[in-house]
Amino acid sequence: MNCNDFVELVTEFLDGALSEDTEQRFIEHLAQCSGCENYLDQFRQTIAATGELTPEGISSDARQHLLSAFRDWQRDV
Amino acid sequence: MAGPRELPPDEVLVQRLRDGDEETFALVLDSWSGGMVRLAMSFVSTKDSAEETVQDTWLAVIRGIDGFEGRASLKTWVYRILVNTAKARGAKESRTVPFASLLPEEEGPTVDAERFRATGEPYAGHWVAGQEPRPWHIPEDHVLRGEVREVIAEAIDELPPRLRTVITLRDVAGYGSEEVCSLLEISPGNQRVLLHRGRALLRRKLESYLSGAHDIAGGRGRA
Ligand SMILES: [Zn+2]
Repeated sequence: MNCNDFVELVTEFLDGALSEDTEQRFIEHLAQCSGCENYLDQFRQTIAATGELTPEGISSDARQHLLSAFRDWQRDV
Repeated sequence: MAGPRELPPDEVLVQRLRDGDEETFALVLDSWSGGMVRLAMSFVSTKDSAEETVQDTWLAVIRGIDGFEGRASLKTWVYRILVNTAKARGAKESRTVPFASLLPEEEGPTVDAERFRATGEPYAGHWVAGQEPRPWHIPEDHVLRGEVREVIAEAIDELPPRLRTVITLRDVAGYGSEEVCSLLEISPGNQRVLLHRGRALLRRKLESYLSGAHDIAGGRGRA
């Protein structure tokens, strides 16, 4: 396996979706190539940082509107 | 993924919502709306339109909570309503994002070919000296981590819509591959191609951000 193959298989590897044979060769390459080891680690760090995003959400007007819609709906039932 | 506050388990949430507990409604509203706006942005054309989609979704949730059968998680049920609402709205705005097949630009290498030795050279396909990825040290520091998050948030906004949708579901909202495939009606293989391309683009942005930050920080262990 070459480095340019390795970098395309990282997501499949992390999902556990590689065939046994390919996974074997992926790990062999990983053990011998520090550039690709770094690439895999950078991918992991990218995914981790993406998971830390706290999305901004809806406006406070919309929030108030929905809270009162919830209140009204419950009252009507 | 989860907001700053832990949510109670689904059975508790659903029962409280059915009982009309406003505090619980506010809790799920605040925990999930942000991710929902991001996801809606993949299907509609403006932020306003995405916000309206999220509002319509919550109204449908309020009206439909009594009929929720608990076959999927509550959050998945809510997201499913969102995706359907967003698709319908996107269709009206003629901005649909069909996932059935890959676009030509979504295939092909995700790392610049110039970083690898060319065919015919010794070690063809291996990193060119000086082009191999270097170890990253994303700072623990609170403010700097915030900057990293900003770089990523911006990069996600710039992604093509289909990549953004898959990244948002998998890596921001934390869904597994199966749930994403069923939400988007996409094959596992194609889902992974989009996810991989999206992650590779984000990695590239972070790489150039971090190497810039490194240079500014001034010669810390470049050896
Ligand atoms: Zn390599």
